[in-house]
Amino acid sequence: MLYRKAAVFVLAVLAVGSLAQAQQSRMDTVLERGRLICGVNAVNPGFGYLDETTGNYTGFDTDFCRAVAAAIFDDPAAVEFVPLTGGVRFNAIHSGEVDVVFRNTTHTLTRDTENSVDFLPVNFYDGQGVMVRSDLGVTSVDELEGAIVCTNQGSTTEANWSDYVRRQGWEGNQLITYEDLARTFTAFHGGRCDAITSDKSQLVGVRASVDDPEMYLILPETLSREPLAGFTFQNDSTWRDALSWIVTAVIHAEEAGITSSNLDEIGADETAVDARRFLGIEGNLGVELGLPVGFAANTVRHVGNYGEIYARHLGPDSPFHIPREGSFNDLYTRGGLLYPAAFR
Amino acid sequence: MLAIGFGIFLVVTAFRSMTERGIPFTFSFLFQEAGFTVSEGSLLAIEDGRLVWRPFTARDTYLQAFATGLYSTLRVTVVGILIATVTGVLLGVLRLSGNWLVNRLALAYVEVVRNTPLLVQMFFWYFAVLLKLPGGQQASTWYGGLIVSNQGAFLPWLVPTGPTGGFAAVIATALLLGAAAWLIARRLGRQRPVLTGIGSLLAVLGIGLVLSGLPFEVSTPELGRFRITGGIGLSPEFTAVLLGLVIYTSAFIAEVIRGAIQSIPRGQWEGAGSLGLRYFPMMWLIILPQAARIAIPPIGNLYLSLMKNTSLAVAVGYPDLFNIYRTISNQSGRSLEGVIITMIVYLVLSFIISALLNAYNRRVNLRWSA
Repeated sequence: MLYRKAAVFVLAVLAVGSLAQAQQSRMDTVLERGRLICGVNAVNPGFGYLDETTGNYTGFDTDFCRAVAAAIFDDPAAVEFVPLTGGVRFNAIHSGEVDVVFRNTTHTLTRDTENSVDFLPVNFYDGQGVMVRSDLGVTSVDELEGAIVCTNQGSTTEANWSDYVRRQGWEGNQLITYEDLARTFTAFHGGRCDAITSDKSQLVGVRASVDDPEMYLILPETLSREPLAGFTFQNDSTWRDALSWIVTAVIHAEEAGITSSNLDEIGADETAVDARRFLGIEGNLGVELGLPVGFAANTVRHVGNYGEIYARHLGPDSPFHIPREGSFNDLYTRGGLLYPAAFR
Repeated sequence: MLAIGFGIFLVVTAFRSMTERGIPFTFSFLFQEAGFTVSEGSLLAIEDGRLVWRPFTARDTYLQAFATGLYSTLRVTVVGILIATVTGVLLGVLRLSGNWLVNRLALAYVEVVRNTPLLVQMFFWYFAVLLKLPGGQQASTWYGGLIVSNQGAFLPWLVPTGPTGGFAAVIATALLLGAAAWLIARRLGRQRPVLTGIGSLLAVLGIGLVLSGLPFEVSTPELGRFRITGGIGLSPEFTAVLLGLVIYTSAFIAEVIRGAIQSIPRGQWEGAGSLGLRYFPMMWLIILPQAARIAIPPIGNLYLSLMKNTSLAVAVGYPDLFNIYRTISNQSGRSLEGVIITMIVYLVLSFIISALLNAYNRRVNLRWSA
C-alpha cells in the first residue's frame, strides 16, 4: 500500500514537472551560461576540422561560431565546440544540446519544415560535385553510367545523386552510404568506389588532405545548388535574429571595407557616419536584438570580416584553396551573391 | 507501475517539447517516395498483382526502405548466428583439448577477440583487410569464375530464364507435397519423418525442373567498365559485418561451451570411456548433449547481442536497418518516429529469438516434474 502511494506521488511530481517547462529564448540561456555551445563538423578540412596536433577546431564554419561568441561576450574563445555528424546535427538542436549549428548545411524546404529548424543567412554558396581517381580516365559526370559511387550519410547528396541517375536513365549504378565524410573518403581512397560525391567544398578539403592531390580529379559539373547556412531553433525569433545579424555584420563589414586591423582608424573618423553606427560608436544598433552595442565591432575586431575569414581558411595561401574572385561567394559588387541586409 | 509511469512521462515530455518547437508528430511520411537508393538489399513488393522479390529503388516508399533494412539485418543476423555457433562450439571444444598447442591457440584467439571492441574489429576487417584486396580491374578470375576483389567476392550462379511463374509453381508444389509427406510419415510413426519430407520435396523439385526444361542459365561474373556484374556476389560491407560478428560472438560462445563442458560431472566422462568410446564420439554423443542444456540460456543472450550488434554496420556502410533509419531520418526529418519504428523492430526480433530459444530449451531440458 505504501508502495502504491509512493508511486502515485512520484508520478504526480513527474507529471507536473513535464508541464512546467517555461518558454524562454535561448538568448537568456546563453547569456546566463557565459559561453556559446556551437555544433560543428570535425572532419571537414577547411570548414570545420579538429586539428589532432593542437586539439583546436579550425575552419570557415567554426569561425562563425567564434564570431557569435565575440559579438555576445567580446571573447572569441567563449565557445564550446560540439562535433556533429551529418546524421545527428538536427537532433542536436531539437534536444537543445547546442545553441546553434554551423556545419556546412544546405538550406532546403524540407529542413525548414520537417526537420523543424530555422536557418540563418547563407554564409557559403556551394554545389554538389563528383570526384574520381585521375587514372580512371573520366572527365565528365556523364561518363559515370554503371559506376559505384560513395557518399556520406545525412546529406542532400544521397537523394541528389539518385535523382541525377534517374534523370540520366542509367542502369546498374550503385550508391554506398557511409556515416561521415572521413569514412567515405577512406573507402574511396581504398578503391571501394569509382567516384565520391559530396559538396564541392568538402571534396576540395579531403582532396587536399592526401599526399598527392593530383591523384584525384574533381569533375567540372555541379549537380545541385547547395546554399550552406547555419541553423538554430524553430520559433525562437529573439535568438535567431541576433545570430542572423551577426552573420550579416561579418558580410557587411567586408563591403564597408572594415577589417580587424583598420576598424579603430575608421571609427575615429567622425565623418564616417555609417561605419560609426555599425561599430556602435554612435547610436545603439544591436540593443533591440539583445546584443551589446558595438557587437559588430567586437566581431570584426576578433574574427575579421567575411573576406578575412575566407582568406584565412579557403584563400590562396591555405591548403584548401577555393578561388573566390567573381564566384558566388564574392560580394555582389564583384559579381558574387553576397548582398547583406542593411544596417539601419 | 513506476516504470510505466516514467515511460509515459518521457513520451509526454517529448511530445510537449516537440509541439512547443512546432515539430509535427506523424507517421504519414512512411508512404512518401524515399528518393534515395541503397547499395544492397531486396524487398518483397507487389507488382501487377504478383509478389516479386526485387532490389530497392529510389521510387519506393520510406516504409519499403525500412523493409529493405530489416531484410539486410536479418540476413546478416541469421547467417552470423549459424556460423558463430558452429565455430564457437568447435573453439570451445578445442579450448579443452589435451594438445598444448591447440588449446593455447584457441585461448589466444578467445582472449584477443573478447578483449577488443567489436567496432574496431569491423573497421579492421573492412578497411585493413577487405579493401586491400585487388581492385575490380586488377582482380584475376580463379577456377573459371570466382573473382575476389575489393568490390566483393563473386561466383557464377544459376539464374532463371524467361518468366518465373512456372518455376514458382514447381517450388510451391514441391513445398506442399514435401510437407504432406512429412505429416503422413509422422502419422504412420515412421522413423525420421523430416528426412522423408525433405526427400520428397527434392524429388518433386527435380522432376518439376526437368519437365519444365531446366529454365536456368549460368550467369558468370564479368567486369564492366566500372563494376563486376552477373553471378552472385558478397559485398565487402556484408563480409566485414559478418566476419566481425562471427569472430566476436564465437569467442564468447566458446567460453560458454567450455564452461558448460567443464560442469559435466567427471563420472560422465569415465562412464563414456568405460563403454570404449573414443574422444570425439564421447564428446558428440555423451558430453555435448548434456552441456547444451547448460549452455543454451547464456548462448541465447549472445544471439541477442549479435542481433543488436548488427547496428554497428553503419560504420562500414552496410545498409542494415539502423543505417537506413539514419538516412530516412535525415531525408524525411522524422527522426523520432523513425527511431520508434526501429526500436520496435529490434524489440520484436529480440522477442522472436528469445521465444525460439526458450522453446528449444524446454524441449532439451530434463522434465523434473514429469
